[in-house]
Amino acid sequence: MKLRRLRDAGRPRILLTLEGEALEAQAGDTLLTALLAGGAGHLRDSEFGDGPRAGFCLMGACQDCWVVVEGQGRVRACATLAEDGMRVKRG
Amino acid sequence: MRIAVVGAGPAGVRAVQTLVAAGHRPAWLDEAPDGGGRIYQRPPAALNRDAKMLYGFEAKRATALHDTLDAMKPRTDWRPDTFVWHIRPGVKRLQTLHRGVQAVVDYDAVLLCTGAMDRVVPVPGWTLPGVTTMGAAQIALKTQGCGIGSRVAFLGSGPLLWLVAYQYARAGADVVAVLDTTSFATKARAAFGLLRGGATFAKGLYYIGWLRAHGIRIDEGVTPVAIEGAGSGVTGLDWRDARGRAQRVDCDAVGIGWGLRPEAQLADLAGIPFRFDAIQHNWVPERDLAGRTSVEGHYLAGDGAGIGGAEVAELAGARAALALLQDAGAAVDAAEAARLDRALTAAGRFRVALERASPYPAHLAAGLPDDTILCRCEGLRVGELRAAAAEEYPAGRAPEMNRAKAFTRTGMGRCQGRVCGAAAAEILAAALGVPVDAIGRLRGQPPVKPIPIVAPPAEAVP
Ligand SMILES: Cc1cc2nc3c(=O)[nH]c(=O)nc-3n(C[C@H](O)[C@H](O)[C@H](O)COP(=O)(O)OP(=O)(O)OC[C@H]3O[C@@H](n4cnc5c(N)ncnc54)[C@H](O)[C@@H]3O)c2cc1C
Ligand code: FES
Repeated sequence: MKLRRLRDAGRPRILLTLEGEALEAQAGDTLLTALLAGGAGHLRDSEFGDGPRAGFCLMGACQDCWVVVEGQGRVRACATLAEDGMRVKRG
Repeated sequence: MRIAVVGAGPAGVRAVQTLVAAGHRPAWLDEAPDGGGRIYQRPPAALNRDAKMLYGFEAKRATALHDTLDAMKPRTDWRPDTFVWHIRPGVKRLQTLHRGVQAVVDYDAVLLCTGAMDRVVPVPGWTLPGVTTMGAAQIALKTQGCGIGSRVAFLGSGPLLWLVAYQYARAGADVVAVLDTTSFATKARAAFGLLRGGATFAKGLYYIGWLRAHGIRIDEGVTPVAIEGAGSGVTGLDWRDARGRAQRVDCDAVGIGWGLRPEAQLADLAGIPFRFDAIQHNWVPERDLAGRTSVEGHYLAGDGAGIGGAEVAELAGARAALALLQDAGAAVDAAEAARLDRALTAAGRFRVALERASPYPAHLAAGLPDDTILCRCEGLRVGELRAAAAEEYPAGRAPEMNRAKAFTRTGMGRCQGRVCGAAAAEILAAALGVPVDAIGRLRGQPPVKPIPIVAPPAEAVP
């Protein structure tokens, strides 16, 4: 899944890492946006073996967007703002 | 008197405004970083489109609501970013979580304005990255300036289908298909009642007309077949048209949704009885027109008390606050209460027509293939739930939803059945051969959403 930036796309850049790899995003992105607009493709793998997942509701209700942020533990990517320097792992 | 209001969407804002005007200073909690609710959700500060760009025809209402929201913050005990994860009606206490720290809020009266979420029907392939709810597609655009993909198809029914497709096309996204599971004939039959809706109806027609005029592929009366994918993404969408012919479109994202369902878990934990609303095809907490419930000191307003839309939520919030004040012995403006009652009654009639024009497609849920994933949380398949209706477990069969949950774990996952609950009920009812209201509903459990176990207990907080 690749989010496409359509509006408000000229914001200051921030840098994150996903599984150790650098990933560029924009100030004001949620973690979900940062990762899925930045080319991560998916956020986690279903622990029941039915494939990759990338969130579903974007409003904090479905719990399908869990990722792990170093120092914060497991968070919902759709409800967490991305910050410069964040180190993220798939959930 | 200690008053608490949960939710700062249209209902919560107008409720708080009414309470503050009467001299109260309620505790006001919302799990979002700012108020506005779903329709008027504000993007993070770094994004700076104006209200017209963000909210379209709704810009004036949005600005008015935001102005009131901001004016009320200093006049209340405003607690954004505060999730209410449990309510204990006996001791009248809310249990909250704010940035990892637990706390409690004690109240004499509480008004729950918790809103709604998308109602969905599973489609084979719906767990692929690139499939989101219709509301999610809108949130991505509104609050993040992003489309859910580059070639986007929308599948569902109801006002959001046309609105979100229109918003995407206007924002420059490639909308490759808008697929309505409701037939044109069903909508045409409801058209007379919809005329009551005036501006709302006109806006809906405008979106449909605009999409047609721009040559966007529209198909009505469709039956979804599957969302196709490869690796970590969507590659296409298959359906059958009204004449039964196979159709397909290439796309990399699909937004799905069939109306809304109340986020009523706190009302449930508060002990408020529920009833099945056949017109909405939702279980809703019982309340009167003014938002009073059978549990003393507990009031409901907005979509969390039954889907009515944003304008109704504003009216209902103000009305429930008046009911609360009245019950507390305050003199309230009877003419204003009567005006709100009339407006709510009229809006209720329009709602009935709207629901008839986009009925929940129970047959699609009931007819899903056995191997379709039903529960996204735990990867359970439709056939596993069907088996619970047929199989003899040591403890018997599953004659209702909560037994089926115990046997199959349907609805036991971390979303607590918010996503699969509506469809699961149709599947079980069809398998048992009983009407859907006969099998009950999944009961809410605290915490109403998962919270980190590391959060320190309330007692540890000064
Ligand atoms: C995703 C989505 C998109 C929508 N888009 C449109 C649209 O474009 N046009 C339209 O006319 N209608 C739209 N609707 C419907 C519209 O949003 C609602 O009719 C309207 O917002 C209802 O207002 P409300 O105050 O009842 O609830 P909401 O606006 O949903 O507000 C509820 C508030 O309560 C908070 N809350 C809920 N539970 C808790 C809790 N346990 N603890 C703390 N806070 C809590 C939420 O964070 C939220 O801010 C949409 C609905 C959804 C779900
Ligand atoms: S996408 Fe549903 S909780 Fe984040």
